[in-house]
Amino acid sequence: MNPVNYLYLAALLFTIGASGVLIRRNAIVLFMCVELMLNASNLALVTFSRLHDNLDGQILAFFTMVVAAAEVVVGLAIIVSIFRTRHSASVDDSNLMKL
Amino acid sequence: MNSLIPLLIAAPLVGAALLLLGGRALDRFGHWLGTFASLLSFVFALLLFSSMLGRSVDQRPVREHLFSWISVGTFQADVSFQLDQLSMTFVLLITGVGTLIHVYSVGYMAHDERRRRFFGYLNLFLAAMLLLVLADNYLLLYVGWEGVGLASYLLIGFWQHKPAAATAAKKAFIVNRVGDMGLSIAIMLMFTQFGSFAFGPVFATAHQASQGRLTAIGLLLLLAACGKSAQVPLQSWLGDAMEGPTPVSALIHAATMVTAGVYLITRSNAIFDLAPTAQLAVVCVGAVTLIFGAIVGCAKDDIKKALAGSTMSQIGYMILAAGLGPIGYVFAIMHLVTHGFFKAGLFLGAGSVMHGMNDEVNMRHYGGLRKYMPITYVTFGLGYLAIIGFPGPSGFWSKDRIIEAAFAKGGTEGWILGAVTLIGAAVTAFYMTRVMIMTFFGEKRWQPDAEGHEPHPHESPKSMTVPMILLAFGSVFAGGLFVLNNNFQHWLEPVTGFSEGNSPLSSGVVMALSIACMLAGAGLAYVVYGRSPVPAVPPVGSALTRAARRDLLQDDFNHAVLVRPGSALTAALVFFDSKGLDGFVNGLAASIGGISGRLRRVQNGYVRSYALSMFGGTLVLVATTLLMRSV
Repeated sequence: MNPVNYLYLAALLFTIGASGVLIRRNAIVLFMCVELMLNASNLALVTFSRLHDNLDGQILAFFTMVVAAAEVVVGLAIIVSIFRTRHSASVDDSNLMKL
Repeated sequence: MNSLIPLLIAAPLVGAALLLLGGRALDRFGHWLGTFASLLSFVFALLLFSSMLGRSVDQRPVREHLFSWISVGTFQADVSFQLDQLSMTFVLLITGVGTLIHVYSVGYMAHDERRRRFFGYLNLFLAAMLLLVLADNYLLLYVGWEGVGLASYLLIGFWQHKPAAATAAKKAFIVNRVGDMGLSIAIMLMFTQFGSFAFGPVFATAHQASQGRLTAIGLLLLLAACGKSAQVPLQSWLGDAMEGPTPVSALIHAATMVTAGVYLITRSNAIFDLAPTAQLAVVCVGAVTLIFGAIVGCAKDDIKKALAGSTMSQIGYMILAAGLGPIGYVFAIMHLVTHGFFKAGLFLGAGSVMHGMNDEVNMRHYGGLRKYMPITYVTFGLGYLAIIGFPGPSGFWSKDRIIEAAFAKGGTEGWILGAVTLIGAAVTAFYMTRVMIMTFFGEKRWQPDAEGHEPHPHESPKSMTVPMILLAFGSVFAGGLFVLNNNFQHWLEPVTGFSEGNSPLSSGVVMALSIACMLAGAGLAYVVYGRSPVPAVPPVGSALTRAARRDLLQDDFNHAVLVRPGSALTAALVFFDSKGLDGFVNGLAASIGGISGRLRRVQNGYVRSYALSMFGGTLVLVATTLLMRSV
């Protein structure tokens, strides 16, 4: 199968993730969309690695996964604590940082 | 002996400090403390005088270096004193008349609860005036110059609860500032030209300076003299200065401070002798003021203001004489000293009359006082004879010499100046006779004061009459002593130089002319004021009289020429500032504020919109990068 198709898939996944981040309000869904974007980029990295016969892309994908795991830990903790104080998981309710 | 010179100044200075800082504890004896400080200074002056007389002529001037004040590179300002014959004359006059006036004030100010402060100011004045005449450089002279200005301000406004006094004090201070500016610029010019402002180096190298520089320095010094000595065009403050207590008018605004201008010009004779244009200006100022003051003196009904006009006019004589160069310096100072005696005496007499008449100053409400105040009458009368130039008393000798010197100037100038001084002598006799008749002769025109008390004129206490008597002695005998063997001329000649000039008229003719003028003026005044009763309400009078009552429109002139354009300029500047500069600055601030207000809306607090802008930004960056690469 033509490896370029994986790139199309990665672009599609990234677009879905990005539009999800921009459109949805629920913090958990937003979070999942961010993960989707990260994984889309992972897929692209691995594909490029394959296309160029070079392992750099795969190594970078591992880095991304580590970072994503750390981000999930911190992000979920923030979402839980916001939910506890404000009784809402909507990101539009946390809008105190404006003039 | 020379170490006494700083003490001369220190005595009144310490007195002033004690009196002004000592507080109420000194209220009971403060006036005697002030008088003692002044007397001490006078004693020092006498000691120095006797020691100076004991030395040969070229040994007489002495210097005393006290300390170095400012020393920066070539700029060397010292506090050092120079006591020569000219300074000595002034020191004796200042401390002598000053002490008498201190004694007089003890009685005159007896009922004033701020008497201690008054004596503090008087002592401050003495210290500043002594500093002025003893300084051996222009910068230190300037310190004294400003000091007497300050003391004058404080004393004119001594009764500060009276709005007129407060205004008069401010007026005197501001008008004096104009003159002071002249002096300060003159000192700067001297420093740039001669690299020094000490008398010695400046006078020694004066001939090396260009004519223009010397003229500029001379004219600036003249401006300074005009301010302090109330000469045209800066004369307007002196009449109002009479709002101060009468001893102040006698000491500061008649006998001593107002003569500082004459001192300045005489002291700077080396400069003026080399700058004929400046000298001509000095003579013109003197001649104009001499007539100006005399005319004002003729119309005033306020006894002190009439005397103030007379002071202005007499100082005009001195300035005129000082402008004549070596022909006149000696006589300027001689007239200054005799004037110090008789004018102080006249003012003290006026104060004594006011003291007896419930502080009434309007001569139209006096009359017939000679029977009630015999001592005041006699002393005032002797001062009167001195000032009009009646043969015998001092004024005759000194004024006659000035008239002679004016003729001796030579040429057309000499004739004009001689005529002016003679006319001045006649007008002087007129207005002084008017004052004398309206105050001491004729019928009583006494009026009850504002609170309805009828005046009960009485002779003043001893503390007031004794100084008047002593000053009357000075007024009578000083002139004769000065001209005897040309004493005064020989005394002052080493400092100021002297030349006879070439008078077209012999001194006998001049003397006869001046006596004739005096008799004419006095006779006219007798015809106008002595033969018929003086109306208690002033008649309307001619246009000249009305103008003279308003000081020949000096205030109107100043108002129209200086105050009004000044206010207009200020208003224009304020308009430009508030509408122009402020408008620009405020407009800039407002537009930035408006833009910020709009930009602020972008910060809506929604995470998603921030995310959108980040995406947008990233897209733009990526697109730009790609585009740049393709190009």
